[in-house]
Amino acid sequence: MSAVAGHAAVQKRIAPISLFLSLLFMGLGQIYNRQFAKGILLALLEAGALVFGIKPFRHAMWGLYTLGETVQQRSARGAIIVQGDHSIMLMVEGLIYLLLFVLFAAVYILNVRDAYLVGKWREQGGKPRNFREMMSHAWERGFAYFLLAPAFVFALFIIVLPLVFGILIAFTNYSGPNHLPPKALVDWVGFDTFVSLVQLRAWKNTFLGVLTWTVVWAALATVTTYFSGMFYALLLSHPRVKFKRFWRTIFILPWAVPGVISILIFRNLFNGEFGPINRYLQAIGLQAIPWFSDPFWAKFMIVFANVWFGFPYWMALMSGVLTNIDREMYEAAEIDGASGWQRFRRITLPLLLFSTTPLVIMSFAHNFNNFNMIYLFTSGGPANPNYSYAGSTDILISWIYKLTLEQNKFNMASVVSIFIFVVVASFSIWNFRHTRAFKEEDMIQ
Amino acid sequence: MMNGVNNIPNMRGGYKARERVTLFLIYLVLTVTAIAVLYPIYWIILGALNPGSSLFRTSMMPTGLTFDHFRDLFLNTDYLNWYRNTLFVATMNTILSTVLIVMTAYAFSRFRFPGRRATLMSMLVLQMFPSFMGMIAIYILLLQLNLLDNLWGLVLVYAGGSIPYNAWLVKGYFDALPKSLEEAAKIDGASNAYVFFKVMMPLSVPILTFVIVTNFIGPWMDFIFARLVLRSTEKMTLAIGLYNMVSGRANTDFTRFAAGSLLVAVPIAILFLFLQRYIIEGLKAGANKG
Repeated sequence: MSAVAGHAAVQKRIAPISLFLSLLFMGLGQIYNRQFAKGILLALLEAGALVFGIKPFRHAMWGLYTLGETVQQRSARGAIIVQGDHSIMLMVEGLIYLLLFVLFAAVYILNVRDAYLVGKWREQGGKPRNFREMMSHAWERGFAYFLLAPAFVFALFIIVLPLVFGILIAFTNYSGPNHLPPKALVDWVGFDTFVSLVQLRAWKNTFLGVLTWTVVWAALATVTTYFSGMFYALLLSHPRVKFKRFWRTIFILPWAVPGVISILIFRNLFNGEFGPINRYLQAIGLQAIPWFSDPFWAKFMIVFANVWFGFPYWMALMSGVLTNIDREMYEAAEIDGASGWQRFRRITLPLLLFSTTPLVIMSFAHNFNNFNMIYLFTSGGPANPNYSYAGSTDILISWIYKLTLEQNKFNMASVVSIFIFVVVASFSIWNFRHTRAFKEEDMIQ
Repeated sequence: MMNGVNNIPNMRGGYKARERVTLFLIYLVLTVTAIAVLYPIYWIILGALNPGSSLFRTSMMPTGLTFDHFRDLFLNTDYLNWYRNTLFVATMNTILSTVLIVMTAYAFSRFRFPGRRATLMSMLVLQMFPSFMGMIAIYILLLQLNLLDNLWGLVLVYAGGSIPYNAWLVKGYFDALPKSLEEAAKIDGASNAYVFFKVMMPLSVPILTFVIVTNFIGPWMDFIFARLVLRSTEKMTLAIGLYNMVSGRANTDFTRFAAGSLLVAVPIAILFLFLQRYIIEGLKAGANKG
């Protein structure tokens, strides 16, 4: 009698015991649960991590925390005497180890959870699965994880790690000419870079100037292409216009030609001395316009040329919407005596606006970061003496590019990109909340 | 009363005349626009085929026909190398990212598993970061992996970057496909793989075309990462090579550039025109998914 009771009591405690054992050392709980293969594999994993991982991990954490302590030393002739610490390498290394640690911790938690669940199962009289059963069970139930694993690894190292790194850079003094490894060390400086962006005159002026132009540019680019696209979609929807396909194919060409190439073509078309546009202007007796050397004309030129690039997209989209509008609505309006303008104003326009709102938002965000259009066209020029490392037509993203690749002002570039992220993310979130995806069944569940 | 009677035919005539004027104006606008649209394209074709080499000499009227610029391009620059590089990067990127995207989207659309919602949300946030933010880190990572100035390095960067956005897009498309077909196939004893390749894939042709085309065209257009990763002249892709031809002060390279651009623009434009239906649909779906 008492033996049976004792046995029951032991059975009651299987789950907590295996949980405790697995917490103590990976795999112990599994071995206790008589899942030897799994247990040994897990134990080996932890042993391996402890033996080979601890030293590099401690070094990596030290690196991440201090960003290196030994400055490179050179002899008078420039030969390297002491190699010194490379702060940025230490930082990336630290991040990689941190990521690996997080992965390891996740496996550890799963190990504890698994031991507990199998323990529970045994308490209720179940028999733990053997290794082969377990593998086939994992394949069936965890099929999704197998599908996701490659993309997950990719995303972790190509997207997440660089992003975290990019954000961390904003809190260091990683910038030329005084804080560039391997010659010098980089240090954590907290929010100093953010503060100098808004307080130091040179940075503040550049930031506000470039930001203003970025917003103006994005708004103008979106509005001009949107309405010219709408205009041509309406023209082509006119019932008496013939050869619609022909016209549409011609008008879609600017979209079909790779942007890099057509932007470079435009750069030559507008060339101040040799470009055909100025030659035509002179031929009809006008002055040549300094397209690339005058800030106003440069901005005008970009916005103007951008219509060429952008209108086909809207034309194509809106043509689709227009063909889907119910004809009867127009007929009803006509019977009620609505004029052509009224029909457009009350039926066509609202429908077009309604069905393209999310696309307008996305287009604005796209133009906000339209690096190619600016950098390949004007390279941000003409030079602006009031700006630090930016030209008159530079937008934030091309300014960041210059700060990074041409000026080595990595910390400032990083601060500005955080700002861009906040802007773009708020647009995307706004957009997302107003579209179906958000209300979809499986996003809420 | 006489006036009233007379007015009716007059009004009809006026209406017709107005209609005709409107139509004339429409055609006028269309023609002018067509000229404006075609002009840069016409100009670059002229530049590529006309004799003479400077930007200034390129005139509106063809003054002769020569293929010297193409020969010059092939013999005196690394153009063919760039073309081969771009083709390689584009193809590898298309294969790698399409496989990864479809696998991810399928998992998210057809399976329910712990962590699904969290990963979906984080993908949504990830695609909002400007790809630029990771630039320095990617540079250092590739440096560490010895993949700098290596085409595979560029392929990895493109493929990694295209996952979050496209996976969302394709997931949305898969969600809209009826599950009954797959269930029927499964009841008939079809395997997971069979259902995926023979049932899901044929139904997903439009969105797959979109993903494939955009991933293929991307490397022909990208400037930022190609410039970051690729360093030596013979490893460059077309975007950088062509940019270098016209970014300098001298304009003597213009005709080379024109010839080189033509050889890129023509195939890409044809590809685009053939598949524009899918591209427009894909973009619309993308905007609606946020």
